[in-house]
Amino acid sequence: MSKSVSFITRNFGKYNPASLVSYELIGGFTALRKALDMDGDAIAKVLSDNGVQGRGGAAYDMGRKWSQARSVPGPHKCVVCNADEGEPGTFKDRELLSKDPFQLLEGMIIAGWSVGADNGYIYMREEYAHLRPQLLSAIKQCEDAGYLGDNILGHEGFNYRIHLYSGAGAYVCGEGSALCESLEGHSGRPRMKPPFIKQCGAFHLPTCVNNVESLSLVPPLLLDKDGFYKSQGTPDCPGTKLISVCGNVKDPGVFEVPFGITLREIIYDLAGGIEDGHQLQLVQLGGASGRLASPAQLDTQYTYKGMKGADLTAIGSGAVLVVDERTSVIGFLRMTQQFFCHESCGQCTPCREGNRHIARFLEKIAEGTHTEEDLKLMEKYANIMSTASMCGLGETAQSALLSAMKRFPEVFAVKKEVAVR
Amino acid sequence: MKPFAQKMNELTPEMVELVDRVIDAHDGDATQLVGILLDLEAAVERHYIPEPAAYYLAERLEIHPTQVYDVITFYSALHDKPRAKYTLQVCDSAPCRVKDSDALCETLKRLLNLEIGEVTYDGRFSIEKVPCFGACDVSPAVRVNGVVYGHLDSEERIIDMLQQLD
Amino acid sequence: MSEKKIIHLTINHMPVEVPEGTRIIEAARTIGIDIPHLCYHPDQSIKAHCRMCMVEVTGQRKLLAACSTLVWEGMEVVTDSKRVYDAQVGVLDLILADHHQNCLSCSRNNNCDLQNLCRRFNRLKPDLPDVSMAEEPRLDNPSIVRDPSKCVKCGRCVKVCSEVQGIGALSFTGRSTDCKVTTAFDLPMNETDCVLCGQCTLVCPVGALTEVDHTSHVRHALHDSKKHVVVQIAPSIRVSVGDDFGLEPGELVTGKLITALKMMGFEKVFDTNFSADLTIMEEGSELLQRIEKGGRLPLITSCSPGWVNFMEKHHPELIGNLSTAKSPQGMFGAVLKTYYAQRMGWDPKDIFSVSIMPCTAKKFEATRPELGRDGYQDVDVVLTTRELAKLIRYEGLDLPGLPESEFDAPLGTGSGAGAIFGATGGVMEAALRTAYELYTKKELPKLEFEQVRGEVGGIKEATIDLDGTPLKVAVVNGLKNAKEIIRRIQSGEAEYLFVEIMACPGGCIGGGGQPIGTTNEKRQARIKALYELDKDLPLRKSHENPDIKTIYEEFFGAPLSHKSHELLHTEYFPRPKRYDFSPYIEKYRKFLPEYQK
Repeated sequence: MSKSVSFITRNFGKYNPASLVSYELIGGFTALRKALDMDGDAIAKVLSDNGVQGRGGAAYDMGRKWSQARSVPGPHKCVVCNADEGEPGTFKDRELLSKDPFQLLEGMIIAGWSVGADNGYIYMREEYAHLRPQLLSAIKQCEDAGYLGDNILGHEGFNYRIHLYSGAGAYVCGEGSALCESLEGHSGRPRMKPPFIKQCGAFHLPTCVNNVESLSLVPPLLLDKDGFYKSQGTPDCPGTKLISVCGNVKDPGVFEVPFGITLREIIYDLAGGIEDGHQLQLVQLGGASGRLASPAQLDTQYTYKGMKGADLTAIGSGAVLVVDERTSVIGFLRMTQQFFCHESCGQCTPCREGNRHIARFLEKIAEGTHTEEDLKLMEKYANIMSTASMCGLGETAQSALLSAMKRFPEVFAVKKEVAVR
Repeated sequence: MKPFAQKMNELTPEMVELVDRVIDAHDGDATQLVGILLDLEAAVERHYIPEPAAYYLAERLEIHPTQVYDVITFYSALHDKPRAKYTLQVCDSAPCRVKDSDALCETLKRLLNLEIGEVTYDGRFSIEKVPCFGACDVSPAVRVNGVVYGHLDSEERIIDMLQQLD
Repeated sequence: MSEKKIIHLTINHMPVEVPEGTRIIEAARTIGIDIPHLCYHPDQSIKAHCRMCMVEVTGQRKLLAACSTLVWEGMEVVTDSKRVYDAQVGVLDLILADHHQNCLSCSRNNNCDLQNLCRRFNRLKPDLPDVSMAEEPRLDNPSIVRDPSKCVKCGRCVKVCSEVQGIGALSFTGRSTDCKVTTAFDLPMNETDCVLCGQCTLVCPVGALTEVDHTSHVRHALHDSKKHVVVQIAPSIRVSVGDDFGLEPGELVTGKLITALKMMGFEKVFDTNFSADLTIMEEGSELLQRIEKGGRLPLITSCSPGWVNFMEKHHPELIGNLSTAKSPQGMFGAVLKTYYAQRMGWDPKDIFSVSIMPCTAKKFEATRPELGRDGYQDVDVVLTTRELAKLIRYEGLDLPGLPESEFDAPLGTGSGAGAIFGATGGVMEAALRTAYELYTKKELPKLEFEQVRGEVGGIKEATIDLDGTPLKVAVVNGLKNAKEIIRRIQSGEAEYLFVEIMACPGGCIGGGGQPIGTTNEKRQARIKALYELDKDLPLRKSHENPDIKTIYEEFFGAPLSHKSHELLHTEYFPRPKRYDFSPYIEKYRKFLPEYQK
């Protein structure tokens, strides 16, 4: 099996991302033309047949999502592209946005056609503000060329526009309903569900939210006559995935890999291995909300099932953060905890209050002054957070801690003198 | 070294003009409040939203001033207090921390004789710790007014970065 | 309308049948289970913030919030498993650790949702360290105190302020542990859009938002033998204060309340219904005068101080539309310290005038310089219904068991028209009864104007036939509805002659100073009780009140006389805004209000 492949990234470096003409010269927008001859259900079926799961973290069957969005009645619907890539250690969407913006726009237009939407919104994190001018210009060029606007490519009644909205530094806005709140000019506090955003999302309209990578995958999939995508990966998890590898590795970066590759191959073959003279301590998968893998788990297959079977975060955002022995496990957990203390929206009790108490427990553990009682309480509140929080942020904030308690029990051991006391 | 404490109490005609311009660029659409505030903050020299400007904005967009204040306080890219002309945002998330961004932060503090949250007497520099801004492949990194400077793992490179800001 | 489908579920193995669209918390209530909650409020949209109401549903990996989860066919809910207990107590502990626990000196002691939960879970002390903020209570206005150190971030106040009142003076701000409920730029409440209606104090589950407590002022006055301590009781108090003593919603306790106040040592106990009748005389005459002489219309009522604050702050262009007649509280104070003082031979400075009001904004109203003269205020202290209950408790009185007494004369006679002032539509109906007879010089065939009797949170419009002359009127309660009426007036969409606006939902019976636990259901019961009271009274028209006739004969002469203008009318002032952008904003105004010259 080759270590990295080129499917979603096939256009990288092949055209000038500032120029629509340059994109058209390499075959851009043929997928859209093909899609416009298909009906929405057929497009959704292509996604389902290829086993595409959403790339944002929740891994929802994308074809199903589109056909559900299509079946929601209503004269106005929207497609939202979630470009709020906020998981620390994730930067694969940045590559797609900067190196192949037209593929994303094409994917969004196909999404609009497929689900019957009249507006598309790209919600891009503020941290990527430097990509705004290029993306705005790309949207403008598409409008001028008739790929956006009224009666697109002569299809009577297919009116669709794309708008670029900016986040402003809030990790929680990656959550669908918080994103919708932010799009409407409010603080990004997640909404109560139901209603679900597929029925009532942005601007109170039925909303179909997809990640940048999910949408960018659509054009190559529609053109994939030979079944290249499906031939990649493993039988129960076909296809390729973009991953961001960073931390204490020699060659950090974004790689497109076939599913089924092992963590070892990712770290040692693609990212050049651990920095000189150091040893692997742990790997965090999927960003700050991801579980920790110990060095013993390096041969785990990178598939949804394989990761789940190893009690690891199932792919998620595709982040692979490699940490060597210079950072202790507790030290690392404190970094993650600090992130959640900063990013909790503060709306629901378990997440707002839980994070700060967990941070205090971790501080005690780092000092070595904790007791068995502290450990029990810490685990209790971590569990309450994951079971009683209002949204996915609070639910997954303690993934790293809970997995570390299983995988690195020795670092939590109570110091003897404290135990006696 | 003391915090920059100038407070703008009144809305100058220039500020009115600026707010009007930003609002018009967003079609006077209140749903674009987050973008409006970001643009406004970028255009104000001290990179913050002065209170009178927030009130004016609320009146123009016909929304409650509380909504504007809520949005400013909720998003970490928006501020209601004056900041520096160049705010050095040091990534404080794990991917940069494991690449020793703590040392980078200490070096910046020493070179500029600044504590986190302070502003130099001339209002030019300040240091902030911020969560991941997606430059993990070039960590440890600093972001200044939207521009990322990566691989800041030596004092030379840090000084070089600071010189580029002038 | 089609019947809603019936859903079958079990809660703690008990079968339950409820209509589709019911939430677990409501379904549980039908079989007598109260699922613990803080942010849930029956009159508000669902927030699901506090996470106290987590329950287990068979087959679900996570616990579900009972307040937000809709029931489904075959659902099996468990509200008392170990998992549920651990989560609920855990959440309670998390809240307690961030709550400034000075319960003994908290005004909500014994009447606090959080305290009740602690009692229920037998929770003496959280197993987490205290992380609450040491912050002083904010006392920056005469009506409402904010104590952020007690806030549990449930969001009820935010909802009522924006969804019911449309003011949005309070909102969530910040993130994570910096998340708090505050005003724009954390300013003092009187510098914001707040109109001091106090609805936030009514829904707050804890002591984070409370009325400014003036009970000690009253106690000191009662202990001062040189003072004539006189009290007036607003129309709505008699049907609401019983709530705090375990009586049925809307139960009438007028006679018992008078006894209680006398036992406390009030020298005279009078009825604000009397001055409500006086208000009708003045306001009704003002309406007829404006119609006949072409004054500014529509005439808008001015009894509700929350509404008056709103108008002065947000719609000063309507100042000319407001009735210049003082509110019943204001009229009573003026009559007490002039007419009555003269009659009794008292020096007005020796009178300590207390009024019991359902309202926090009345506390502010009483401080208006226009409502006083010669260096004294007409009303010295305003107590809310809640503070009244506190005083009764201090005195150790069992209100339900007290004998009945009568109001003192002559400021104690009120008509049924005065009584219904406490309910939405009441001022309108009372005014119509009098205006009709004064205008047509005929007797009104039917006293009840059902078409203006409002409901909680509604807008009512009607055209009254004044014996051939149509009188288009509107009645609203809740400031969000008031905004809509103002829009209709200013856009020229409706041409009313007379409009009644009450700031609080349901009118005064739903005021911000009413007992904690006032819900729309209770509001409805109180409205009903007031109309019942009116129905049974022999005297139902303000102009037929004999004491009113006497006071005009002896003192004022006639409505709108020079003397009544001096004592019974007032003026309003635009409140300066924090920032005045009018030179800049003018060109963006969508339409110029017709009334704005």
